[in-house]
Amino acid sequence: MSCSRRTLLKNTIKGAIAASIPLSAFKFLSPAEVKAAIGDDKVRWGFLVDTTKCVGCGFCVKACKKENEIPYAAAVTRTWVERYVITKDDKTHADSPMGAKDGFTSPKIREEEINPDDIAKAFFVPKLCNQCETPACVQVCPVGATYQTQDGVVLIDRKWCIGCGYCIMACPYGVRFFHPKYKVADKCNFCYQRITKGMKTACVQACPFGARQMGNLKDKDDPVTQRIMNERVAVLKDEYGTKPQVFYIGLDHTVK
Amino acid sequence: MVDHAIIAHGAEWTIKHAFVYPNEYIYWGITIVMYPYMTGLVAGAFVLSSLYHVFGQKDLKDMAKFSLVFSLALLPVAMMPLVMHLQQPLRGIEVLFTPHFTSAIAAFGIVFTTYSIIVLSEIWFVYRQYFVEQTIALKGKTGSRDVFMRTLYNILTLGAYDISEKAVAKDHKAVTILAGIGIPVACFLHGYAGFIFGSVKANALWMSPLMPVIFIMSAVVSGIALCMLTYIIIMEWKKFRAILKKGMGDESVTVIAGVEMDVMIKASRYLLGFLVAAISLELLDIIFRGYTAMKSWDILREVMFKEDFTKIFILQYGLGNLVPFILLMLPRLTIRRLFVSLVLILFGVFMMRWNVVVGGQAFSLSFAGFMHYDLPLIPHNLDTYREGLFGALTIAATPFIIFWVINKIVPSLKKV
Repeated sequence: MSCSRRTLLKNTIKGAIAASIPLSAFKFLSPAEVKAAIGDDKVRWGFLVDTTKCVGCGFCVKACKKENEIPYAAAVTRTWVERYVITKDDKTHADSPMGAKDGFTSPKIREEEINPDDIAKAFFVPKLCNQCETPACVQVCPVGATYQTQDGVVLIDRKWCIGCGYCIMACPYGVRFFHPKYKVADKCNFCYQRITKGMKTACVQACPFGARQMGNLKDKDDPVTQRIMNERVAVLKDEYGTKPQVFYIGLDHTVK
Repeated sequence: MVDHAIIAHGAEWTIKHAFVYPNEYIYWGITIVMYPYMTGLVAGAFVLSSLYHVFGQKDLKDMAKFSLVFSLALLPVAMMPLVMHLQQPLRGIEVLFTPHFTSAIAAFGIVFTTYSIIVLSEIWFVYRQYFVEQTIALKGKTGSRDVFMRTLYNILTLGAYDISEKAVAKDHKAVTILAGIGIPVACFLHGYAGFIFGSVKANALWMSPLMPVIFIMSAVVSGIALCMLTYIIIMEWKKFRAILKKGMGDESVTVIAGVEMDVMIKASRYLLGFLVAAISLELLDIIFRGYTAMKSWDILREVMFKEDFTKIFILQYGLGNLVPFILLMLPRLTIRRLFVSLVLILFGVFMMRWNVVVGGQAFSLSFAGFMHYDLPLIPHNLDTYREGLFGALTIAATPFIIFWVINKIVPSLKKV
């Protein structure tokens, strides 16, 4: 059998065309197109944490774990509370035992006794996903399994995540983890299943002191948006350029 | 019984101390250490073979064929740890189906496929003549092994039976071109592995534009070292067999030893060059971080000079770089000394990968706490196998098994 270069090329082209015809039955969607299909573009969810009101009871963590089916005994959590004790010698002592799901029951910080007379200031800081405007986690996902909806919330497709952990590495806030049961990346989604039905997030509802609040940042009459606009608020780690959308009142410079 | 659903992934091998966020663990363990290590070996082995094919470094001729085939054996193993470490390994193929191109990992499929095609076609052009010759030689033989091998070689010729001088010259030309394209692609494949780490802005240790270049240099170092080491072992084995067959003083024994020493001395010169480049870049990176002393420097300094001092300065730079450097520079190089240096260099590059991957997770994002990776030795479930010693050993052993199989078909160690 002889095969000239010309016939080989001809047949190759024919074969390639024949093979690509069935492929045209598929439609390729860019992640941006998918994103456009989810969420309401008149809404931009934002979160306000008033650290001056937080007492570290951990009700928010407990409620979150229950609502979002994160195994209670597992040491991972979608939201957590940190305790900071700054002593007069300028040392910062911080902890968050099991994410503070049972609150802070001991005055010791990692077995270290701190003399109350040495304390300069002490406070609690609740943490959760910042639903960043330019999320690093979405950027690095190799398969587009995590995406940003039109209302600004970053979600994860549990059926598509391959579990590579790149998003976990990329998040500067450490909010992501592997779900112990589903074996895919997981994180706070502002209780998307609740807020899109007009309910409050589990943590907002559980907080007895109103330290956690949520609002629509696009609605300037929203009381939470008004507070964010009118009061002096700060965000966590803005140096990473992720534009976090969880705002803090009373954030101390020692907060990590 | 312990409900495994309540053990967070990473909790079994991460030891935290001081203030670490609750969700932080060593998520990228030894499989991800093995990934750049194996990719590096692939790229390095290919570059070594190209030095002969493209730049006509005739002194490397005997190494070239071997290292080309060896880089093919290493190729599937570059991908293996990546798939192995996935929480959903069966979904790994999605990276090819729905690549999300803002992600550095998404291009892996494309870069890897391109590179595989180049390596495979180069090997085909190198061995096409051999395939045809074997098909002809095995014609008419009836043993089942011969029939099988003949059919295999017949398929491998892809129907191109022309072995006239003109056709073979064309093959050689194709090899040169492919090896030429292959060098930048091999460097890209590996530099790209460096980009995957270097572009993670959340990680103070990884984020550096030097990362891809550092990775390429150390890749070439490790690739050359592994090829040389394997070559020595094979030649020593040949020598040993010759001694058994023909006795100590036989001429063939001295011939083998002479060839071996000659090839090795030449190859070690290239090795030294790349080693110097790799170390300089790594030191530049550390010096620059120390001098600019950004916010993260405090915690990085803690990790480098306290927590991981032994791993970085004693094992990686000392034992893995400085000692073999001195051993190679000393006059009257012997195979035994070379062997020790090569083992140390391979160990040094492995420690470099370890210190980047695990070292990058040794400190918390809070910059106020540390995490220690307690490598699982005896596995008691799938996770502790994959992210433990046995997972790494599986990955390390695979290329040699693949090479053994490939070498039955394409004899890369025979002189043709």
